This record gives sequence, C-alpha cells and structure tokens, in this order.
Amino acid sequence: MTALDDKPRVSGRRAKVETEEWRSEEEIAADKRKGRVGMYLIVPGFAFLVLFFAAPVVVLLAMSLYAKPPGAEIGEFVPALQFSNYLTVLSAYWDTLVRSFGFALIATIAALLIGYPMAYLVAVRLRGYRLLQGILLVLLIAPFFSSFILRTQAWKQILADEGPVVSVLRAVAILPPDGRLTATAFAVICGLTYNFLPFMMLPIYASLDRLDVSMLEASGDLYASPMTTFFRVTLPLSAPGVFAGTLLTFIPTAGDYVNAAILGNNRDTTMIGQVIDSRFFRVVDYPGASALSFILMVAILVLVLIYIKRFGTKELF
Amino acid sequence: MKQKIGRWFIPVVGGLAFVYLLVPIVYIFVFSFNDAGRTNLAWRGFTLKNWQNPCGAPNICEALGNSLQIGILATIFATVLGTCIALGLVRYKFRFRNTADLLIILPLATPEVVLGASLLAQFLNLGWELGFWTIIIAHTVFCMSFVVVTVRARVSGLDPRLEEAASDLYASPMATFWKVTFPLLLPGITAAALLSFAMSFDDFIITNFNSGNFDTFPKFIYVAATRGIPAQANVIGSAMFIIALLIVVIGQIISYRRQKMLAAR
Repeated sequence: MTALDDKPRVSGRRAKVETEEWRSEEEIAADKRKGRVGMYLIVPGFAFLVLFFAAPVVVLLAMSLYAKPPGAEIGEFVPALQFSNYLTVLSAYWDTLVRSFGFALIATIAALLIGYPMAYLVAVRLRGYRLLQGILLVLLIAPFFSSFILRTQAWKQILADEGPVVSVLRAVAILPPDGRLTATAFAVICGLTYNFLPFMMLPIYASLDRLDVSMLEASGDLYASPMTTFFRVTLPLSAPGVFAGTLLTFIPTAGDYVNAAILGNNRDTTMIGQVIDSRFFRVVDYPGASALSFILMVAILVLVLIYIKRFGTKELF
Repeated sequence: MKQKIGRWFIPVVGGLAFVYLLVPIVYIFVFSFNDAGRTNLAWRGFTLKNWQNPCGAPNICEALGNSLQIGILATIFATVLGTCIALGLVRYKFRFRNTADLLIILPLATPEVVLGASLLAQFLNLGWELGFWTIIIAHTVFCMSFVVVTVRARVSGLDPRLEEAASDLYASPMATFWKVTFPLLLPGITAAALLSFAMSFDDFIITNFNSGNFDTFPKFIYVAATRGIPAQANVIGSAMFIIALLIVVIGQIISYRRQKMLAAR
C-alpha cells in the first residue's frame, strides 16, 4: 500500500471521530437498530420487484432470442441466441414503430397545448376562488375512476359516421359529404390526447400552483407585455411541471393500443402495442413479440434518458 | 385589442378543454338511461330499467365483482409493500441505493404493453396458470412503484424532530410509529391507495396479458365493444364516476376543514 492510498483513509477516520464525538454510545446503537429496521422494511418489496419486474425483463430478453425448431408445433420454441429475430421484426414493423412514436408525439404536444391553458386557468386565474378551483380539480380527477375503455368507446360513438360531430362537420363543409372521423389517425390521436390529458395537466397544475403571482406583477410593473411575461417568467417557472407532464404523457401513449384498436382499427392506424398483442396471442410468435416489446422498452428508455439529460427533471419521480 | 384577446384566450381554451374531458362522461351517463336492447348505439327512449337492474346483462356483474376483488387485494399488497419501502429508503442508507432507486422508477417508465408482455413471459417460464393470482401480482407491480413515489415524497417532507420529540418523551419506537409517524403519513398513504385501486380497477392492457380466460370489467367491455356494449355497462361506469366524485369531494371537505381548524388555532 502506498502513502497515497493511505492519506484519504486517515482523514476519513479523523472525520468520523470528529462527527461522533458529540454522540453517545446509545445514540449510535439506536441508529444502527434503526438501520436494521429499515432493511427489514425494504426487503420484501424489493424481493417482489426483483421476482416480478427485473426477472421478467430478463426472461423477455431471453425469449426474444428463442428459435423455432424445424417441424415444431405452434407455440413451441427452444432457447437459442437467434439475434436475427430482431432484424425480422424491425424490418416487418419499422413503419408501425415510427407511427406509434409519431402519434405519441402529436398527442403529447396536443395535450400540452390543451393542458397548459387549463392548468393556468385553474391554478392562477382562479386562485382567489377556492371552491371553483376545487370543483374543477374534482371534475378533472373523477373521470380517472370511470372506465377508460367505456369512455373511449363513447368517443367512438360520438365521432361515428351518424354521430353529431360528423354531421355538423359535413354540414359546414369542413368534411366532404363522404368524409369520416372514425378509423382515421385523427380519431386515434384525439382519443390518445383525451385519455392522457390529466397526466399532462396535473403536474403543470402542481408547478403553477406554487407560482408566486407577485413575480407576474413585478414583470408587468417593469413594462413587460403579457406575452413577454408569459414567455420570460411564467413558462420558465412552470418548466418542471411541463417536463414531467410531457414524459408522463408520452410514455404510456407510445405503448397504448386501446385507442388505436377502438378508434382506428385499420391498417394505417395500427400501433406497436396491437402488433405485440397479436404476435403473442393470435400468431403465437413469442420470440417476435418479445423482441418487439424489448425494442419498444429500449427506445422509450433512450428517449427518456436523452430528455432528462437535456432538460433535467428532478421533480418527476 | 391584444390585451383583450389575452384575457379571453385562457378561459375559453381552458373551458373548452373541460368540455372535451367531460363530453364522453355525459354521453355515458345519458346513454345509461337508454331503452336499448342488446346494443346501446342509438337513442331509443328514456328508461330506468338499466339502473334498476345493473346486473341484467349476462356476466357483467361477475366481471365487476372480479375487478373489485382484484382491485382491493392488489391495493392492499401494493400499499403495504410500497409504504414499507418508502419508510425504509428514507431511514436506511445502503450501498446499492442507486440500483434500488432505478428498480422502483423503471416500472413507471415502462409502457404497459412491455410490463404485461414481460410478466407473461415470466409466468410462462415458471409454468404458472394465468388467472386471478397472476393478475393480482401484475397489478401489485405497477401500483407499488406508484405508492413508493407518492409516500416517499411525504416521508421526506416529514419533520424528523417530531419523531425525536416522541422518543424524548419516552415513547417506544412502536408507539412513535403508530402515534406520530403513521398518522402524519396517512393522507399520503390514503391517496396512494385510492389511486392504486383506480388504476387496478381500470387497467386493461396488463390484465389482458396476464389473465388467461379470467374476466375483469375492462376486459368485459373491450370484448363487448366489438358486438355492442350493453346499457348496463353505462350504468356501472356512471355509478363509478359518481362514487369517485363523492370520495374526492369528501376528501376535499375534510382537508378544507382541517386547514380551517389549524388556521383557527
């Protein structure tokens, strides 16, 4: 051992002695006991997460490399390292992957454009009116509890060819006489925006709620126009909420397939979740489905990491 | 002129957004009174019979009962395990903290299809039969991360001096926990449990992967959607909405009163 190694060790020991000088033996023992209790508290939960989250992801990765032996029955696969599974599904479903991320991106932006004014209205404009604020927040959270698929199905009927929206749009000639909304990308994105809007709105609301209104007044007193005040003061101060909301909306949207299945259900609106589902259950192609799942997970994680690196959002989790 | 546009823009857009959010709910509620036969697509006149007999459609209340049981059990498991982790993480410093944090956060950053598919792969691998218990396990996984994150925020916001004061007054660690720590954390734990239940009750994608032939309420509606959803489903959806509304309103009233009481002191 060199002297260089020795140095930090000594200073470390000294630091420890210094901090412990004022602590009694009992206090140290109590702390140790507390630490042990803490360990017992976290072990069951972590064991559960390892067994039913970490291990499954590893199993999924392994299964994505399985091969089908010649002459095998449906659903029969053998462990292998068949990396070509990835190339096969990527070339077959590249456009579906791109479409899924495209839909998710558009829905996230739409949710931001709708959710921000909504959050601003409730958190800032209605700050003096506690009752109204409470009612609007309740109305925002409560739909969460009614059934999500039932609501999506209701959308389908509202947007249906005989439905009120299409008739009005045809009457004012926004839609051609034979134009329709269901089974279009528009309907799917509309449904995605609708279903995940609260995930966008609530974090923005939380950060705008903490906003000090005197900042806005100060900006106005310094002759900033409302536009300048918004872009230079309000928006930067609510940025953590915007970043958190964007991620919380984008992640579930990219993987969702209920909206695509109910509101779209044609070849131009297929999302990657539908493919994974049908590869697992209809085609019984476990390796292909696993490979697609793994690609989706890695793609989203990479995007999330880039996003966090770029914008840094500690408030998120 | 510009100022005027600015003043009206926010209320108008915000108001329209609320309409957008509530239109399907209103639709579901209105069509729960529809005098429909097997399918509930067109308006055929007002009736109360769907509300008088919500179990009228075959298998609907079985599916509902299954969802309620799963929701309750998964919520209990997720809340207990998650709260323990949240408490332990704040008190216990250990070496693999970053790895542990990642293990908690990753399920939240994983899309539901992937969570569902990986659990299915795991259950196939273990040779377990899909059904009631595999759904509960799957729901516990995604609710638990959520509980940890919610409750941990509460625990970190907790003033450690309150617990120290309790032990200075000769309270045993157990007494300190049940008389001081737990009551202070209770609002956070309750909120986490309520949202866990809502997420479990309403989950379709993860359930679909891990349920086999076992039916839950969302699965029932998803399958029915291809043939036509019975009006009784609208009754149950509306009832859930109203119950949730009541729970949230009562919660708001309680917290409002508590704040008033604290302010009066």
